[in-house]
Amino acid sequence: MAPSDLSSAPVPPVSDDDHVKGPESGTLVIEYADFECPYCAAVSLKLNDRPLRRAFRHFPVRSSHPRAWAAACAAEAAAAQGRFWEMHDLLFGDQARLEDPHLWDRARELGLDLQRFDADRRSDAVIARVKRDFESGIRAGVATTPTLFADGRSYAGNLDAATLDAL
Amino acid sequence: MIEAGNPAPSFSLARADGSKFTNADLDGQTTVLVFYPFAFSPVCTDQMNLYQEVLEELSERGATLYGVSCDATWSQTAFKEKLGVTIEQLSDFEPKGAVCEAFGVYHPGGFPQRALVIIGPDGVVKWSYQAESPGDLPGANLIFDGLGSV
Repeated sequence: MAPSDLSSAPVPPVSDDDHVKGPESGTLVIEYADFECPYCAAVSLKLNDRPLRRAFRHFPVRSSHPRAWAAACAAEAAAAQGRFWEMHDLLFGDQARLEDPHLWDRARELGLDLQRFDADRRSDAVIARVKRDFESGIRAGVATTPTLFADGRSYAGNLDAATLDAL
Repeated sequence: MIEAGNPAPSFSLARADGSKFTNADLDGQTTVLVFYPFAFSPVCTDQMNLYQEVLEELSERGATLYGVSCDATWSQTAFKEKLGVTIEQLSDFEPKGAVCEAFGVYHPGGFPQRALVIIGPDGVVKWSYQAESPGDLPGANLIFDGLGSV
């Protein structure tokens, strides 16, 4: 297999299989984040309170956050059952509990088919999906989480309310 | 800082086991030197963690990435182990900053600038980059852009 191209490229536009929510009329914010990153959780909460159109992309950095990849795959497995954003909120809601039993608890809480959830989160397709997001972030110059792209600009780190209000 | 097209200056850095990493170690491989200011500092931590994620892709291109700072080898080893990264660390501790000076990346504050240097298998610098400020973290995409020059 040819090695992935990780040279610079613009952030890919939102496509049908991106996870998107929020009003159509809101400013589009593409968010690269990691479910074990505390700043990502804080910024996510602030984004929830604003009338923005959000697209979420995975940017798990394993040596900083050893549980981040598994959490990203769990969110994708929930997405396969139509519950991405609910899993997203549950993952960010308790970052001290991201081991396998905690992921299963969340899947049960959402009423997911647990067997399917567990197979999906370990599947090649889900791993490839997370990797695709990560690589698009690398190519767009994401170096820390969270990084947001809006109106052709990028915003990184623990963004304050005033910055988010200006989006 | 040193620019593309120049041979790498004569240098000697200390490896964790006490042996030396010199120009001879550049032969036959593409080398990415990541000069960073301080072990355990926040941006350097993020930088090592980020670059760790792309080591496989670098290896697929025949490139090996090293961290270089003026910290002692013991500090670098502790830093590497604390982060859980595999990036080999090279020390410019004694004489302090001599290699950074030779590459033109010694900050007047007594530490390396945040800089990236790619050296080809022929020992010639193919690409170099210095962050505008030591607090800026260059994305890993820049390294892959630079490898396009090898």
